[in-house]
Amino acid sequence: MPDNYFARYLPLLIHFLLAGALASAIVLLSWLIGYRKPTRAKLSPYECGMVPVGDARQRFSVKFYLVAMMFIIFDVEAVFLYPWAVVLRQLKMFGFWEMLVYVGIVLVGFFYVWKKGVLDWGKATSARRGEV
Amino acid sequence: MNGAAQVTPQAVEYIRILPEIVLTIFGIIIMMLDPLMDERRSQRTLGAVGLVGALAAIVATLYQSQYPGVGFWGMVNVDSFSVFFHFLVTAVTAVVILTSYEYMEVQQIRAGEYYGLILFGAVGMCLMSSAVELVLIFIALEISSISTYILAGFRRRAAISSESSVKYFLLGSFATAFFLYGVALMFGATGSTSIAVIGQVLASGQPPVLAYVGIALMFVGLGFKVAAAPFHVWTPDVYEGAPAPIVGFMSTAPKAAVFAVLLRILFEAHAPGRLWLIWVVAALSMTLGNIGALVQDNVKRLLAYSSIAHAGYLLVAFAALPANGIPAAMFYTASYAAMNVGAFAVVSHLASAGERYVTMEDYAGLGRRSPLLAATLTIFLLSLIGIPATGGFFAKFYVFSAALQANLVGLVIIGVLNSAVGAYYYLRVIVVMYMREARQEVPVSPVPLGLGVALAISAVATIYLGVLPGRVLEYATRSAGDLLR
Repeated sequence: MPDNYFARYLPLLIHFLLAGALASAIVLLSWLIGYRKPTRAKLSPYECGMVPVGDARQRFSVKFYLVAMMFIIFDVEAVFLYPWAVVLRQLKMFGFWEMLVYVGIVLVGFFYVWKKGVLDWGKATSARRGEV
Repeated sequence: MNGAAQVTPQAVEYIRILPEIVLTIFGIIIMMLDPLMDERRSQRTLGAVGLVGALAAIVATLYQSQYPGVGFWGMVNVDSFSVFFHFLVTAVTAVVILTSYEYMEVQQIRAGEYYGLILFGAVGMCLMSSAVELVLIFIALEISSISTYILAGFRRRAAISSESSVKYFLLGSFATAFFLYGVALMFGATGSTSIAVIGQVLASGQPPVLAYVGIALMFVGLGFKVAAAPFHVWTPDVYEGAPAPIVGFMSTAPKAAVFAVLLRILFEAHAPGRLWLIWVVAALSMTLGNIGALVQDNVKRLLAYSSIAHAGYLLVAFAALPANGIPAAMFYTASYAAMNVGAFAVVSHLASAGERYVTMEDYAGLGRRSPLLAATLTIFLLSLIGIPATGGFFAKFYVFSAALQANLVGLVIIGVLNSAVGAYYYLRVIVVMYMREARQEVPVSPVPLGLGVALAISAVATIYLGVLPGRVLEYATRSAGDLLR
């Protein structure tokens, strides 16, 4: 392996250039010597499945955002729990109690969103909490 | 301290974060009580819990001051400096909660989270003033910022309030990213995120270029949070839309905390290239803030521009020598907090439902209809000008004399000229209140007890700092000694 920093990556550069050249050569050749007969169906954008109707940018319920936020909260909790579990032995009882406090606070948050009706997707809650 | 071997913190280390623990517990109590109670009647109870929490945090701060020292593997440091800012933040929190009592009822905002978020924000601000480790400072900054982003949008029915919240959130996160990038570069330059270690490394030899860049980026992030000049553009819009008591809160408590962080980073870490950076920002903030305020008709916008100008005056102290500059800056944050919270308390009382009455015109004839309220607002405005016998006078006096001792004559001249410009728009409010008849009578409701107490505390603090500044200044000087040791 050569010492020169550039020389060490030269094969990669050559690879990139070759790949680029080959790809453009194929596209260019088919464009040059290919036989073209455009029709309406051929020019339409390719899409499988349903026929697209309307705009994708519609209004949808704010509840989706709430659920997404709750997912993040519990996801982060889980992410914290894994490294904690690995080093629990070294942390001794201190680590145990600290995590208990942390999980307790997350549970308080869960209690809060539950009581606020975030998990309730029925119409009743939004009518009861008319202000929201 | 051998950080690796010692795993379990001692009990005394928990005392060193006691105010934060107390505030968190009360915040959690509010969040748990809120969904359980009928939201039409819960406001008074939850506000009372918040108030008790803030007062308990003040007590905890006083108790904590007996146990100075480092805690949690060199992450927090309780010294007289941090105790000063803890006291300031918790006191502001208590006064703001007192102000909010009436405001929430008048605006018909029924949300207990309001008080919880104020307490959680205060946790971040307290932690900022005692943190001596850049990553913890970042987390504290985020705790405080996120709470204030939400609080800014609490008038949900008003589009302007949502606009304020979104603007504050977007620009604030951007600024936090700058700060974080600065922290990362600082870590790259010195190999540590502890301010004490960074200070040793930077003082030991020629600081690397990376350190300059790191300091500059951190300064951009923090400059945004205190609304200093090139980063001030968000301030008028956010302050105009946010609920008035919250503006009083976020223009004082987080600012004080961020100034504490800046003092620690710039002086304790011996930041290189400090002088000219501060010079430019201070001069720009003073000038742009005052000129912007001249043409405002909305009192909240006027006070927003005034807060930009005051951030500029405060930064003058940062350009001075540490021994004079630190106490001057600390005194300024305290007196600015007293007068600004008071001024916004008056604004929030007069604003009435939907914050209808916040223009200059609505204040006409206030001196006749409600003499006591007008007199109180006059005290705060005179203090903001810097008239003797108010806190604002000694604040400016100490800052400018500290700058003179550092031979910054140019900056002092700019500052004094700006004070003269500033006098115009503050006096304009006073003139309107006393000497102009209202074209249309704006109703002024009687001042309720909570707001009365809040106004009394702010007014007494403003005058106390203006008549007997000695004790506070002496304390600040001692804290500066602690900080520089």
